[in-house]
Amino acid sequence: MEPKIIKVSAIKNGTVIDHIPAGGAMAIVNFLKLAKDKTVMLGINFDSKKMGKKDVIKAEDKELTAAELNQVALFAADASVSIIRNFKIAKKFKIELPQTFLDIVKCPNPKCVTNQESVKTKFNLFKPKPLSIKCQYCERIFSREEIALK
Amino acid sequence: MNFLNRDIISISDFTKEEILHVLKHAKNFKQKPNQKILDGKIMASLFFEPSTRTKLSFDTAMKRLGGAVIGFADAGMTSTAKGETLQDSIEVIEKYADVIVIRHPIEGAARLAAEKTDKPILNGGDGANQHPTQTMLDLFTIQETQKKLEGLNIAMMGDLKYGRTVHSLAQALAHFKAKLYFISPDSLKMPEHIKNELKDKKIKFSEYKKISDIITKIDILYDTRIQKERFPDLYEYEKVKNLYILKLSDLKNAKKNLRVLHPLPRVNEIEYAIDQTPYAYYFQQAANGLYVRQALLSLVLGAIK
Repeated sequence: MEPKIIKVSAIKNGTVIDHIPAGGAMAIVNFLKLAKDKTVMLGINFDSKKMGKKDVIKAEDKELTAAELNQVALFAADASVSIIRNFKIAKKFKIELPQTFLDIVKCPNPKCVTNQESVKTKFNLFKPKPLSIKCQYCERIFSREEIALK
Repeated sequence: MNFLNRDIISISDFTKEEILHVLKHAKNFKQKPNQKILDGKIMASLFFEPSTRTKLSFDTAMKRLGGAVIGFADAGMTSTAKGETLQDSIEVIEKYADVIVIRHPIEGAARLAAEKTDKPILNGGDGANQHPTQTMLDLFTIQETQKKLEGLNIAMMGDLKYGRTVHSLAQALAHFKAKLYFISPDSLKMPEHIKNELKDKKIKFSEYKKISDIITKIDILYDTRIQKERFPDLYEYEKVKNLYILKLSDLKNAKKNLRVLHPLPRVNEIEYAIDQTPYAYYFQQAANGLYVRQALLSLVLGAIK
């Protein structure tokens, strides 16, 4: 019998974020500062029946809230989240797109005031599918592909 | 409907009813422009970019209503030249004035200024983004010439990519179910984000390369200058600068009620021969800026409701 290959170990307590678009995990770990003082395991480019390829994040001893996770909804809109306690799934939820995004993404418009002065960016959700957001300052609308986490 | 201390930043912040309310008051001011209802009030006029009409009409609007004006027409003569940020400038100037008008080359500057003060901010144009008072005077002029605003056929020609006046006007006309015709070179087409907003609001629009394709259909031709100062690449500007010159012969088959509007300044895009025809309405349009700005200043300062 073929041995079962476990690519990322189970965690005793913490948060698992699954179904992240392939290549997106590192930006999320950095933005949420997950690796600041806790152990984080990453799975990059795993095969996925649902998505083709996916990333997975397992953050040990850290329970992320829905509010924290919704900040990264732009980059992992279909991600599923499990809170793990004593190796068991205690809670499961899906990331939800918020209506506003404060200080999360950089405005791609070089002539936006947020790229000229010390100002936190503010975007409103314009359309959920296909995803687009509108800068509250320069009023330009951007697709998911045009934006990057700060 | 409450305009007291309201910021006038973007035409998209206003409902149809609010726009019509402003136009109603503008009509009253056109009949009686000299009313001392802003006596004792001070307007700060902060122009970080060149302006003739917007600055002078705001300044005149305030003065004809009995108010006073402070400010500048050239940021090079201010502490901006020393590196002072816009935010710091507003934090100081708002202590001297009751209302602030600002024109700035950076998009979102007026919105940022509004966050730094409780005093009303009026956006006189922020980069290629918005110019809401221009839009309101454009709507006032369209209403004046066509006796209505609903269901008109309106063409916009020239620089539709960088032209903030056409962006704002297209957004505003969505309230009034206009049918829009965009005429421009390929490199200066109406941006996708504006077209997407129009599609979202189910506003019909179509795109053309020549005015002759639609001249018989339209009630308003809104012409715009190809703006050299907005081009990141001057070579691209040189390729298109003379492509869209409106000639008298272009208006041969126009409807009798057609009016040609232009936010000005005009460089070479409208032949001078058109000025003497009933079609030309761009100078009257500029005059209407005074009355619309009087209405807005009076509303935000609480002198009228």
